[in-house]
Amino acid sequence: MKEKLVVIGNGMAGMRTVEELLKIAPEKYEITVFGNEPYGNYNRIMLSPVLTGEKSVPEIMINDLAWYEANNITLHAGKAKKVVSIDRKKQIVHAEDGTTAAYDRLLLATGSNPFIIPVPGKDLKGVIAFRDISDVEYMLDVAAKKKNAIVIGGGLLGLEAANGLLKQGMNVTVVHNLEVLMNRQLDAPSARLLQKSLEERGISFKMNANTTELKSDADGHVTSIHFADGSELAADIVIMAVGIRPNTELAQKVGLHCERGIVVNDTLQTFDPKIYAVGECIQHRGELFGLVAPIWDQAKVAANHLAKYGIGIYKTAATSTKLKVTGIDLFSAGEFMGDDSTDEIVFQDPKRGVYKKVVIKEDKIIGSVMYGDTVDGSWYFQLMKDGTNVADFRDTLLFGQAHVGDSGHAGKNNAANLPDNTEICGCNGVCKGDIVKAITTQNLYTLDEVRAATKASASCGSCTGLVEQVIAATVGGDYNEGSAKKAVCGCTTHGHDEVRAAIKDHGLKSFHAVSGFMEFKNPDGCHKCRPAINYYLLCEWPGEYKDDQTSRFVNERMHANIQKDNTYSVVPRMFGGVTTPNELRAIADVADKYQVPMVKCTGGQRIDLLGVKKEDLLPMWADLNAAGMVSGHAYGKSLRTVKTCVGSEFCRFGTQDSTGMGIKIEKMTWGSWTPAKVKIAVSGCPRNCAEATIKDLGVVAVDSGWELYVGGNGGIKVRVSDFFTKVETEEEVMEYTGAYMQMYREQGHHNERTAHWLERVGLSYIKAELIDDEAKRKAFYARFLESQKYSQDDPWAERASKGVDKGMFIPLAEVN
Amino acid sequence: MATRIEVGKLNDIARLSSRVVKTNQGDIAVFRTADDEVFALHDHCPHKGGALSQGIVHGKSVTCPLHNWVIGLDDGEAKGYDTGCTKTFAAVLEGETIFLDLED
Ligand code: SRM
Ligand SMILES: Cc1cc2nc3c(=O)[nH]c(=O)nc-3n(C[C@H](O)[C@H](O)[C@H](O)COP(=O)(O)OP(=O)(O)OC[C@H]3O[C@@H](n4cnc5c(N)ncnc54)[C@H](O)[C@@H]3O)c2cc1C
Ligand code: SF4
Ligand code: FES
Repeated sequence: MKEKLVVIGNGMAGMRTVEELLKIAPEKYEITVFGNEPYGNYNRIMLSPVLTGEKSVPEIMINDLAWYEANNITLHAGKAKKVVSIDRKKQIVHAEDGTTAAYDRLLLATGSNPFIIPVPGKDLKGVIAFRDISDVEYMLDVAAKKKNAIVIGGGLLGLEAANGLLKQGMNVTVVHNLEVLMNRQLDAPSARLLQKSLEERGISFKMNANTTELKSDADGHVTSIHFADGSELAADIVIMAVGIRPNTELAQKVGLHCERGIVVNDTLQTFDPKIYAVGECIQHRGELFGLVAPIWDQAKVAANHLAKYGIGIYKTAATSTKLKVTGIDLFSAGEFMGDDSTDEIVFQDPKRGVYKKVVIKEDKIIGSVMYGDTVDGSWYFQLMKDGTNVADFRDTLLFGQAHVGDSGHAGKNNAANLPDNTEICGCNGVCKGDIVKAITTQNLYTLDEVRAATKASASCGSCTGLVEQVIAATVGGDYNEGSAKKAVCGCTTHGHDEVRAAIKDHGLKSFHAVSGFMEFKNPDGCHKCRPAINYYLLCEWPGEYKDDQTSRFVNERMHANIQKDNTYSVVPRMFGGVTTPNELRAIADVADKYQVPMVKCTGGQRIDLLGVKKEDLLPMWADLNAAGMVSGHAYGKSLRTVKTCVGSEFCRFGTQDSTGMGIKIEKMTWGSWTPAKVKIAVSGCPRNCAEATIKDLGVVAVDSGWELYVGGNGGIKVRVSDFFTKVETEEEVMEYTGAYMQMYREQGHHNERTAHWLERVGLSYIKAELIDDEAKRKAFYARFLESQKYSQDDPWAERASKGVDKGMFIPLAEVN
Repeated sequence: MATRIEVGKLNDIARLSSRVVKTNQGDIAVFRTADDEVFALHDHCPHKGGALSQGIVHGKSVTCPLHNWVIGLDDGEAKGYDTGCTKTFAAVLEGETIFLDLED
């Protein structure tokens, strides 16, 4: 028999928990929900756009009544369904109208109550809060008939209310008791800019104001507001938006331990272990909540425990804030004020109305506040959550995330103002309007959901930032990826580093060992985690772990690149870009023999045979092998190419034998599997004809030796590499190269190129490990050479002549 | 009329992978799951014709190698937000032998 789950509170936290629960254990509970408001479940955040008229009530429903029915959830909604008591012994809840429900597990999600300042007149007609649909309906009704609106409270909620009422044609004055608007999110300079632009729109402000009384007409309807300085303002409606208090009324009544909120532990249980609580009503480790991002995390953890999976611990992650007033860009996160122990880097351009401040402590970002230009807000926020050391790029930090050459987006970087027909995702041809439509009609919240629904940012990922901006602009502050660590994929909540640590510490040696040990949702994983974990296992246990072909992406299994018509491309290796007449003849011969539709020079200094049929792969490789050529790994998360220039052998400027150096490096590194592809280049002088400074590792010859550069990328986001070190001998070049490769192999996340890895961990850290610590460098180098012993078998030869994986290349049967 | 045709042995296909049977109705991808169930689909993704036999197999699904649509092995339906369907064929395991039921 199913167990019974009762949920009290039909709001965002409670229903999100139920949704998460239905995802992982749809059959476990018979679910009953009590809600004080007479609707399904709606997106409270969107009340602001409803007030401005940008959205309608039906548009902000997350789950309508049909959803409850479809999921067999009993919903008791309406004023009379307020739960008034809980019999914890008998495990039964009672609603005001006598409705009862028995539970095995109970979830409290009663939200919070607006705080009402205790001034005379607070109970008059026309004095309301901004919390639910009925408040908004009341405001719209007054706005249609009357003129003067007062909003008490210059915080997030107050300003959104003021903006809405202004849009509805009222005269609006915001009354704030301090000098600084949104003082919980902004510092004085950014708050001034905000106030200025709100004033330009027509909102009036009364700052440093202390309300003493609200007065009324004979009907008891509010008419004016009075202040300590003796002044007064006319008022037809007064909105109190001065803060919220957790709604603990019911919990206290039934004797659950409460302080400021209902006290819960890390698994979101109250002091009665049968009763869980989530959302604004709770207090976790002394903290209260007022934004949805942490609440989404709570919902996941609570659902996980309700499903009795018993993993997952709630940790409060940093949150960021935006103001949902169209046309105002504001971003704030973390400890944005700074103090004696911090450095603040500030950029101000009052004329353009731009202000940016990043607060740094011990080389890490701990907070930021931005006004006018918030494009990089999510980047700073990510750096803050990752705890990235920013010392190395502090000088350019405020210019934002390297805008140089963001290919495919023609310099667009502010999604909110783009027209609907702007193409956001160049790979899949998804326009802004498509994304907005998917978000609003399907109620999407996260990047993953939008990716799945529209395919935007699902391919090369270069538009991820833009898509995130569109989501943020569409769903407002609601959008937030929440927790600090990125899970490997939807099969697990664990991040890459945790998975790697588990493989190492617990000696896990197969995918199923990992997925079992870490309790993956799907035992076979998916197309994201299988290749990642296969790589981690291969890297951790060289020579011991047997590469799992079924976890390889097709290209790495077929050792050729699959193409749009399911044919393949074949790229033989040309060490250092150098070839011979014999090799060229062999390539010409196979091109003839197998009727290759196109022969092309690649951007990586070698020759590509495009449009090869699957059945021709094995014989073609055999022919190329016979001419002494091996696979170029043009397909793998592996070493791709080592490009070179002519160098001192022929060039009049060449200082060293760059061609020879490149060939040596390629001979050492080819065949190695890496988190993402690795490209290397060697130039013979600083003219840099091999483009070494946009490679994962670049070597530039100078008269006195070799300069090494790391972390370059010439792809989606061009990144010029950083100078790493200068060495004198070829042996040193090899040692540093091998050590760098191995450090990246052991610490990079799957699918993370060196450029991103370096930005995540910091150049200083890599330098400390590889340059300052000779013993460590040598150990990395030794581990690299050791693992190369097992990976320098030509995969083509193995398949063409040794019969490895033959079944993959030939049909199982032919029937006619 | 459907004809039952022997196409191979279970062990000809590695677990969590697929092989192709060439027929006059086009290529058919025969899949073997982790628990040795077999399924057969037209080797043609409903999106842009990717060869499903070349995808990564997980649970009762395969991810298309071209643009990562996830297709159900049992019903040929695209999962998640994608819509589209690939023709399924009955694959039958008798002992160690795999048969396909093909329409004439
Ligand atoms: C063949 C080649 C284009 C050409 O005709 O020249 C090529 C072809 C492909 N590139 Fe490339 N890239 C080729 C050089 C490059 C270069 C230039 C270079 O290596 O100097 C770059 C920029 C440099 C860099 O990577 O830093 C490049 C940046 C990319 C990217 C973006 C990577 C990034 O980190 O931003 C992708 C997408 C990806 O890897 O996810 C990509 C992906 C691809 C794929 C594999 C697309 C795919 O996933 O199927 C293409 C396969 C086409 C096919 O049908 O076989 N290709 N690609 C070049 C092969 C070089 C070689 O000899 O191995
Ligand atoms: C206008 C507005 C704008 C906002 N904008 C943002 C934003 O941009 N970004 C952001 O992150 N957050 C925003 N928030 C905050 C966000 O909406 C809340 O954090 C979130 O709704 C809290 O969810 P909850 O489930 O804890 O509470 P609620 O969503 O309030 O749900 C609690 C529900 O429980 C019901 N209830 C209470 N007691 C009982 C009882 N005894 N019996 C039955 N039912 C009961 C209540 O009626 C209510 O429906 C905004 C809030 C408002 C009001
Ligand atoms: S070869 Fe590279 S640049 Fe050209 S279409 Fe393919 S992925 Fe894009
Ligand atoms: S062809 Fe299969 S996903 Fe595009």
